[in-house]
Amino acid sequence: MTQARNIGIAVVAAVLLLVLSSKLDSYRQYQLAQVAAMVIAVAGLTVLIGVSGQISIGHGAFMFVGGYTTAMLLMHLNWNLALVIVASAVVAGVAGAIMGIAAARLRGPYLAGATLMLAVALPAVAYQWQSVFGGDQGLNFVVNAPGFLGQNFQLTEWQAWVCCICAVIVMLLLANVLHSRVGRNWRALRDNDTAASLAGLNVGVLRVRAFIVSAACAGVAGALLGMTMLNVTPGAFTLALSIQLLTAVVLGGLGSLAGAVWGGIILVLVPPFLTDFAASHGLSSASASVPVVGYGLVLIVVMLAFPTGIQGAIRRLLGPVEPAAAAQVSAMARRWPLLRKPAAKPATTDGTDDISSIGVDEGRN
Amino acid sequence: MNRSHRLGVVLTGAAAAMSLVVAACGGNSGSSSGALQASAPGVTTKTITIGSHQPLTGIAAPGYDEIAPASNAYFQYVNAHGGVFGRKIVYKYLNDQYNSSITTTVVRQLILQDHVFAIFNGLGTPTHLAVAGFINSEKVPDLFVASGCACWNNVSTYPETSGWQINYIREGKILGTYIASHFKGKKVAFFYQDDEFGLDGVKGLDYEIPASQIVAREPYNVAAANPAAEVGTLTAALKASKAQVVVAFAVPAFMALLRLSELSLSYSPTLVSSDVGSDPITLSGLLNSFAKKTGNFGAQLIQGIITDSYLPSLGSNDSWIQLFTKIHNTYIPKLPMDGNVLYGMSVAYTFVQALLKAGRNPTRQSLLAAVNAGLPQGVSVAPYAYSSTDHDGITGAYMAEVENGVLVPLGPVQVTDNTATGAVTTYSTTQPPAPTSGIP
Repeated sequence: MTQARNIGIAVVAAVLLLVLSSKLDSYRQYQLAQVAAMVIAVAGLTVLIGVSGQISIGHGAFMFVGGYTTAMLLMHLNWNLALVIVASAVVAGVAGAIMGIAAARLRGPYLAGATLMLAVALPAVAYQWQSVFGGDQGLNFVVNAPGFLGQNFQLTEWQAWVCCICAVIVMLLLANVLHSRVGRNWRALRDNDTAASLAGLNVGVLRVRAFIVSAACAGVAGALLGMTMLNVTPGAFTLALSIQLLTAVVLGGLGSLAGAVWGGIILVLVPPFLTDFAASHGLSSASASVPVVGYGLVLIVVMLAFPTGIQGAIRRLLGPVEPAAAAQVSAMARRWPLLRKPAAKPATTDGTDDISSIGVDEGRN
Repeated sequence: MNRSHRLGVVLTGAAAAMSLVVAACGGNSGSSSGALQASAPGVTTKTITIGSHQPLTGIAAPGYDEIAPASNAYFQYVNAHGGVFGRKIVYKYLNDQYNSSITTTVVRQLILQDHVFAIFNGLGTPTHLAVAGFINSEKVPDLFVASGCACWNNVSTYPETSGWQINYIREGKILGTYIASHFKGKKVAFFYQDDEFGLDGVKGLDYEIPASQIVAREPYNVAAANPAAEVGTLTAALKASKAQVVVAFAVPAFMALLRLSELSLSYSPTLVSSDVGSDPITLSGLLNSFAKKTGNFGAQLIQGIITDSYLPSLGSNDSWIQLFTKIHNTYIPKLPMDGNVLYGMSVAYTFVQALLKAGRNPTRQSLLAAVNAGLPQGVSVAPYAYSSTDHDGITGAYMAEVENGVLVPLGPVQVTDNTATGAVTTYSTTQPPAPTSGIP
């Protein structure tokens, strides 16, 4: 039933996005492609953090893996683009498995530290083997729109198509995983891993599995970002990107796939909007710092006004108080003290306990 | 009447008026008189909009963030004195933080959304390499890249792109010739940025300095997570090699870190620097800020650095320096009058030279043709190489030494080419003075 509904939503979303992309000018198409790519990365991370209850401050590293896999395959083997994207997901997934095996033994700040290390260390690989990875300049490659679309077909529109279709497919797959037994097990694990273990769940395997899924998503995102920009450089996958993904997850709404869409939109569209805003208000001398300040303000305001993120706020506006999202945050808050402060309010007011939320948020993600 | 309907009427009217104008003026495109036309994307009857990517924040920002405001100050000066055939230049420069992934996005914004006429003086080798292919595929003129990479002179791959400042191979050859003759038999080491910037420079140095003299090669990573630690390690290696002369192809921030590491290791070789990292005001300011010192701490540390320059010396009474100081005092008095400001104004002057040559109603093709036909020597001490087969800019420089915060020339202007065998020769033609109007 839910599956049929999800497929319906996906088809409608795909059609709407294709129509939208044909109406946009080429710069907007480029931005749409970037939003779609970021949505995939944020969705993968929100599954890891919000659903399986693990944290990663190094997801940019998996995007790095996906991006460079794409660049290498396109440059040297000239594979079909669809195959390249799948291969990027697989390679990033393998990297995620390796990280996940280490992660399965770590908790909280230790896990955060380990993933942080990944984000810092992995891009250095590009400098270490310059002849292969191109060092600071990275790798430049060419992507062409397929011939049957005609000579004058905009490359940016083709890129937007590919990214949007990938985003829809990934979201559909993730939604199904979350509604499956695996998703339920992840939530049980997130809310109380001792209880989950007592209930017969293999906690370690579940954790690694979450890392694989999440890293594969990041790999796809990295691949799409690369094929949108037509290059990959270490500078595109810095620690700052990993942190931005994390803030996008929290801003959008922890553990919510719809929230990932908001997160992706904010990541891509807010900085240039703020730059233009600053420039058009005669702040050109300060325009360099306006996006940074503005981004910080957005973060603070959203966290103060909507501790459950944008998607949580929308749910609250559209319907009765949603206990699931709040309980989810309160469970997270116990696990991650860093998140406790903004989450404290709803956690104390709704009064639901963790275990009940396993049942309650069924079908809401 | 609702808003969209009214907008429709206005647009239709505007389109009709435009087509009338185009029809009326169709016959005299390129002529030196007649009405001004919206002759190309980014060109209206009143303005010419150009764009750039610049590091306004981030590791490359100290010093380089003055370049675009200085170029803009020169454009404002031109605009206030009649503009280019009556059109005002609008210069839109976006911050890319010296990060090529951001460059990729902002340049697409400039070309696809803002429809700029040309990309002007995009700063940085790795950053601009990430977008050169895209700019060329969109057939947008890509003039005077703010980088001395020899890669901009590639007419078959990048027909729209051209360099401006002396390229790093030429610069390396001029520095290398000086080292080979003045530090004969001494141990020499290289400290350089690990990309085309440093590698091109080292290539030029290697052409001139005997291999037997070179005892160490230490590349740094400009994106290093901890630049101070990275430079510290490399400086220790330089000291261990017992090099008596260290040649640096480094951006100012890394140059300052190198100097501070030398100080803390009590290592004092003769320091030779490429023009990129040797602006005395930028460098002494950085040294003060990194070491949290004030006064002339930084200024003392850079005393005696040997470098080269392709623009008139700031300390001199040159007519160009007088012109640019006047513009600086009017439009950007808050910025220091340093090498970066001089650079920004000089490259802007060259761009106006090209624009004027591109005709009354310039097109992207006519701008490119203007550069391909060669530009007369103006603000630089040596002539330009521009031709339809050569997109290199300034071809020579003079050696100089930092003394009391200014560059003091050590010899005549020397010119050379990009090849291993091409000689470094003295250029004795006197540089033309600045036009009294300040406009080419």
